[in-house]
Amino acid sequence: MREKTKILDAQTISRTLIRIAHEVLEHNRITDNLAIVGIRSRGAHLAKRLADCVKKIDGKEVPVGILDITLYRDDLTLLNYQPVVHKTEINFDITDKNIILVDDVLYTGRTIRCALSELIDFGRPKTIQLAVLVDRGHRELPIRADYVGKNIPTACNETVEVRLAESDGCDEVVIIEKDNS
Amino acid sequence: MKLLIKNGRVIDPANQRDEVLDILIEHDTISKVAKNIKCPADMVIDAADKIVMPGLIDLHVHVREPGREDKETVITATRAALKGGVTTVLAMPNTIPAMDTIENVQLLREIIKRSACINVFICGAITKERSGKALTDISALKRAGVRALSDDGASVDDEEIMLEALQRAKKNKLLVSCHCEDKILANHGAVNLGFTSTRLGLRGISKESEYLRIARDIQLAQKADAPIHIAHISCAESIEIIKKAKKKGINVTCEAAPHHFSLSEEDVLDYDANKKMNPPLREKGDSEAIKQGLRDGTIDAIASDHAPHTENEKDIEFERAEFGVIGLETELAVAITELVDTGILDWTELVRKMSLAPAKILGIEQGTLSVGGRADIVIVNPAAEWVVEKKGIVSKSKNSPFLGRKLKGVVEYTICNGALAYPFV
Amino acid sequence: MLWTKKDLLGLEYLNREEIEFVLETAASFKEVSTRDIKKVPALRGKTVVNLFYEPSTRTRVSFEVAAKRLSADVINIATETSSVRKGETLIDTGKNIQALKADIIVMRHNYSGAPTLLARNVDISVINAGDGWHEHPTQALLDIFTLKEKLGTIEGLKVSIIGDISHSRVARSNIWGLTKLGAKVSVCAPKMLIPQAIERMGVTVTHDVDEALQEADAVNVLRMQFERDNQNAFPKQLEYFKNFGITEERLIKAKKNIVVMHPGPINRGIEISSAVADGKHSVILEQVTNGIAVRMAVLFLAAQANEKVDSRQ
Repeated sequence: MREKTKILDAQTISRTLIRIAHEVLEHNRITDNLAIVGIRSRGAHLAKRLADCVKKIDGKEVPVGILDITLYRDDLTLLNYQPVVHKTEINFDITDKNIILVDDVLYTGRTIRCALSELIDFGRPKTIQLAVLVDRGHRELPIRADYVGKNIPTACNETVEVRLAESDGCDEVVIIEKDNS
Repeated sequence: MKLLIKNGRVIDPANQRDEVLDILIEHDTISKVAKNIKCPADMVIDAADKIVMPGLIDLHVHVREPGREDKETVITATRAALKGGVTTVLAMPNTIPAMDTIENVQLLREIIKRSACINVFICGAITKERSGKALTDISALKRAGVRALSDDGASVDDEEIMLEALQRAKKNKLLVSCHCEDKILANHGAVNLGFTSTRLGLRGISKESEYLRIARDIQLAQKADAPIHIAHISCAESIEIIKKAKKKGINVTCEAAPHHFSLSEEDVLDYDANKKMNPPLREKGDSEAIKQGLRDGTIDAIASDHAPHTENEKDIEFERAEFGVIGLETELAVAITELVDTGILDWTELVRKMSLAPAKILGIEQGTLSVGGRADIVIVNPAAEWVVEKKGIVSKSKNSPFLGRKLKGVVEYTICNGALAYPFV
Repeated sequence: MLWTKKDLLGLEYLNREEIEFVLETAASFKEVSTRDIKKVPALRGKTVVNLFYEPSTRTRVSFEVAAKRLSADVINIATETSSVRKGETLIDTGKNIQALKADIIVMRHNYSGAPTLLARNVDISVINAGDGWHEHPTQALLDIFTLKEKLGTIEGLKVSIIGDISHSRVARSNIWGLTKLGAKVSVCAPKMLIPQAIERMGVTVTHDVDEALQEADAVNVLRMQFERDNQNAFPKQLEYFKNFGITEERLIKAKKNIVVMHPGPINRGIEISSAVADGKHSVILEQVTNGIAVRMAVLFLAAQANEKVDSRQ
């Protein structure tokens, strides 16, 4: 395992989120029924930051929720570690809302599939839009993001690691190359 | 037929022998015990580095025949005995029917005559159907050939009946072997009463249920001025009572089973019914006390309480499972591992507990390697280790509490009545 | 933490870390039951068999609800309707259930140790839903979960368990669980109903209910069972209530915010007065709600541990 390249630094991440916030507002003229839901754990941090950006631009407080998709995963039996189940925290009614679903990296699309299933169990949103910090390609399901921070073409032996101050002490996105063993 | 055993370490407490010697066997008799016997023989066994001792005498064996041939038969029990180095057993009377009439005893004698591979003595019942209500015809049982009396599995609750049993047994020169248990105090328990019964959520069998009955039976024996033998003692209090009685000069002997000095109640925390027996495994302090009792002579003999049960009777809910474990094939190795290897007994004392003393208790001229005596001999590799496995068990039932255990001491040859009987041909 | 235990047989067999992990997992599951759609797909396609050799409504229903909220299929087998009465052995029954390709057996049995025997003889998971006087681990886990929710932590708490300790699997599981998490546990009952050497489980013993209540942060009141056909039952019940019943008068002397638990079903006027059962200290119904979350967590963890065992073979 070795770190190959840093593709985003703290400043870029911050600028990217502001840009996405603008795009979201442009796309959703009325913010009254807007809500942001982040996928645990880094998507949740990004969701909060995105809500802050929206507030700065628009002055409106947008409700933020957290989704834990562990119980909706289709690969529970394939894991060789114990997935820790955390709480899903959506303290508002999502019905008829425009939901911005936030995650850090879009890869195969399976996480988003789980998140969509779970979200729909909470109600019937008007729309669900997807915002990701990084899209690294290699989709396995027909899923695409509405708002992308950065498209990063990657190889299969690489992983994209998003580090955020809230959980990792600093803001950066790096590509890590796995050993071919 | 001449059989010569060469260079074995001969342990024979009856003749104060512990030295490397040769033994010559002619027909069924030991004809010579000496160094470097030079004599042509039909068979020579090299016993260098081996222990040569008199065959074991087990005072407590359930052969289950007649009645429960699905558990064990005289053939399978005596073959298991041979594998364990045992050449004489006392068969307990709780068969179906019980050994409470001349006819029943004769029936078993016929079976033994037909199928036993070793010497099997019959223990008659004290009371009819072992129900504790009415005495059997003790002198008739004696004439039918029983060697001792017991209601094993049950204790005679009625003091008067027990007293009379002891008196009549004395008149007939029969030993009474007592299963000491007050069933009311035992409270339908399944394990020792104490922390373990609490942890397991099972009814417990108190130690009182055993030792209070031992105290009573000894008192009755004193009153009757008759010898008494206490079977399978399991706790420190029992040993103390017997020790005091012996000091007072009362003619009491007792036996302990290998599982009671090698295992303790903690071994049953996994609800393994192969460790369920009566009396139950007690505390660690009790198994230690039994070892000390063996060392200081309070406990005279080691007996297996070999109690075969089918898997159907054991692989069920613990409380429903039968009491009892098999032991003929493991008793010597367990004793070597737990007593000799640990320095609690030396070889001479071990042979005394497992052969000479039981012979004396039973009043038979065995348990020795005396010239002119009957050739019941076992040759043991004292250093060899083995693991008790189900598939190796000769007994018809496999309910050993030692499954998976590593033991020291392997019986290499068992000679019974002068003939090489084990290994099986 | 990697959960590899396929069975849950008792809290005696879990360490502190494992108990805390189950409780944390349960906390996450609690939210699921507050949703409009109270169902997640985590155990979709799994089969849970409730094998009950003893009548029980609440525990069985709780497990059934928990399994269904995880999308598992649930089959109920009760002794009345099964081949058990025809003399099939427990091991045979278990192997038959395994042959049906069920994934988890939730078992209630009147004999102590029966789940242990079954777990040794099948590869699928066995969850003990109460065996004899031995253990009732999910009940204790939900009791502890509720306490933790109410009082924040278990460490250092003083908990009194009052009632027939001798014949109570709930008491035993609670004692193991609470002491492992650092609570100070005392048991209170008439002498006859205290089992031998219970102190060695790390508890103190009292026969005085006021003493048991005095310093307690929480009290777990056990259900008293008097023989139904016994003519002396009624006076005995009155006497028990007088001497050991938890009443408002008794609670006046206790800590102001004492938590009163009961595993149910309650006998009003025998071990607990109606006023206390329905009063402000009582968390009896919250226990029922929390039971679902705890059993969801236990089923979820067992299912995964079993998958891991499978994939290793």
